[in-house]
Amino acid sequence: MTKPMYLYPLWVRLWHLANALMCLALIITGLSLQYSSIEYTMIPFNYAISVHNISGIILCVGYVFFLFANRFTSNGHYYQFHLKGMLSRVLKQARYYSFGIFKHEQPPFPVKVGRKFNPLQKISYVFVMYIFMPFILISGIALFFPDLLPDKIFGIGGIHFIDLIHIISGFILSIFMVVHIYFCTIGKTPLSNFKSMVNGWH
Amino acid sequence: MKKLLIINLLCALSFIAFAQETSKEEVVHSKENSNCFSCHGSPTYTYYNDVVERDITKRMNPYFLIDSVLYYDQNHKSFECIDCHAYEFKTFPHDNTLRMEPMPSCLDCHEGDDATAMYNFEVINDEFHESVHSTKHSDEFTCWMCHNPHSYKINASNNSNIRETIIYDNNICLSCHADINKYQLISGNTKPNVIDKHDWLPNQISHFASVRCIECHTHVSDEALVAHHIQTKDKAVKKCVECHSSNATLMTSLYRFQAQENRRKYGFFNAAILEDSYMIGANRNLYLNILSAIIFGSVFFVILIHTLLRILLK
Repeated sequence: MTKPMYLYPLWVRLWHLANALMCLALIITGLSLQYSSIEYTMIPFNYAISVHNISGIILCVGYVFFLFANRFTSNGHYYQFHLKGMLSRVLKQARYYSFGIFKHEQPPFPVKVGRKFNPLQKISYVFVMYIFMPFILISGIALFFPDLLPDKIFGIGGIHFIDLIHIISGFILSIFMVVHIYFCTIGKTPLSNFKSMVNGWH
Repeated sequence: MKKLLIINLLCALSFIAFAQETSKEEVVHSKENSNCFSCHGSPTYTYYNDVVERDITKRMNPYFLIDSVLYYDQNHKSFECIDCHAYEFKTFPHDNTLRMEPMPSCLDCHEGDDATAMYNFEVINDEFHESVHSTKHSDEFTCWMCHNPHSYKINASNNSNIRETIIYDNNICLSCHADINKYQLISGNTKPNVIDKHDWLPNQISHFASVRCIECHTHVSDEALVAHHIQTKDKAVKKCVECHSSNATLMTSLYRFQAQENRRKYGFFNAAILEDSYMIGANRNLYLNILSAIIFGSVFFVILIHTLLRILLK
């Protein structure tokens, strides 16, 4: 029986909750906008636009807060990694999820105070938070001002180009969200990781 | 002999091709029209007054001023003035009774006209009489209000540059709806403000630059090539999905003259719109849709198998 660890301070939990709710709202309204139809309306277009815009602004504010918080608190350390040996550590964790878990092997990188994320989590969170989030947020902000976008970017319409970046980033983040939620069920019990994100204790 | 025939045939074909090419460029300037334009094409005109025995220069009434550059770039450019106006106008000074000459209407020439049958002027006329312009205003509101035959040029079906078509067609509406003096000739409304009236519309600049006023303000039917049934503002399109969807109504109005194959190109629905603009909802891509469905399906499948194995091998 490992001693409970307080890994998720209140600000992380609140930010994570806001992030999750906004991402969910953005995915649902984004899908509704992308597949809008006269016959089959999921969410009325103008309502979906408003919710999408407001959620996007909140997500942006939350992201800026996340960047500052990671810069000025110890939470940022969890997102730092050494490139040397990273691939083998990631493969080791992937092998565990693919085979070891079914053989009841011990996780190769168990959670501890100095290591909240395993290598696979770490690299995926870094990609999501520092590559795809900026892509989707910047393209989203650009789409707020379609009149200011150039007519053409790389030979295709400016709005079209930015929207493609926005949609592809949104798709990748949606996939991440599904996988992230599933992997959260891999804990002591299927719900233990979710409880940790509520009370802060792992 | 056979060779000679082929050479003659090729010569004839090239001559026809050349003639067609030059006829496109050629602007017909009638000598008779030049006489008219000598006065009506300039803000001032000069004539010799027999009574005072000297040249007199006067200002041309702006309503009788015709821009010859626009005239020779419009639909009726091959016409002589007296094709529509009384022959007696050739005499100067014009007889005062000629002022009573009624203005010809479009149907005077185009009704039952085979050359313009594709436009279905009879339906256009019916639609116009059902429109808010006809029903809310007096008989003074005629086709001329929007389509001055001295300058009007068909755009949507002739011009591949949609942006130019939008600007040209919207300027027709704005010539009244953004000009208080002209607007008040037929309306008691003292402040027509197009921007304020469209406050509810997000990204106004993009919308105004990407669609014509008639896209939202007319009832589109299959019978008329260009819809003329302009409706009251309460019946204007306000539902975003009517354009922002895969079966965008824009394809039956603004983009109806674009090639059919442009309706789906490289997998993009309503691809014709992509040439000039981009519309969320209307320009989704079939291949990306399929690819994303496959990827999402695969992820869910792997998760399902992983879950099952975790349960079975517990």
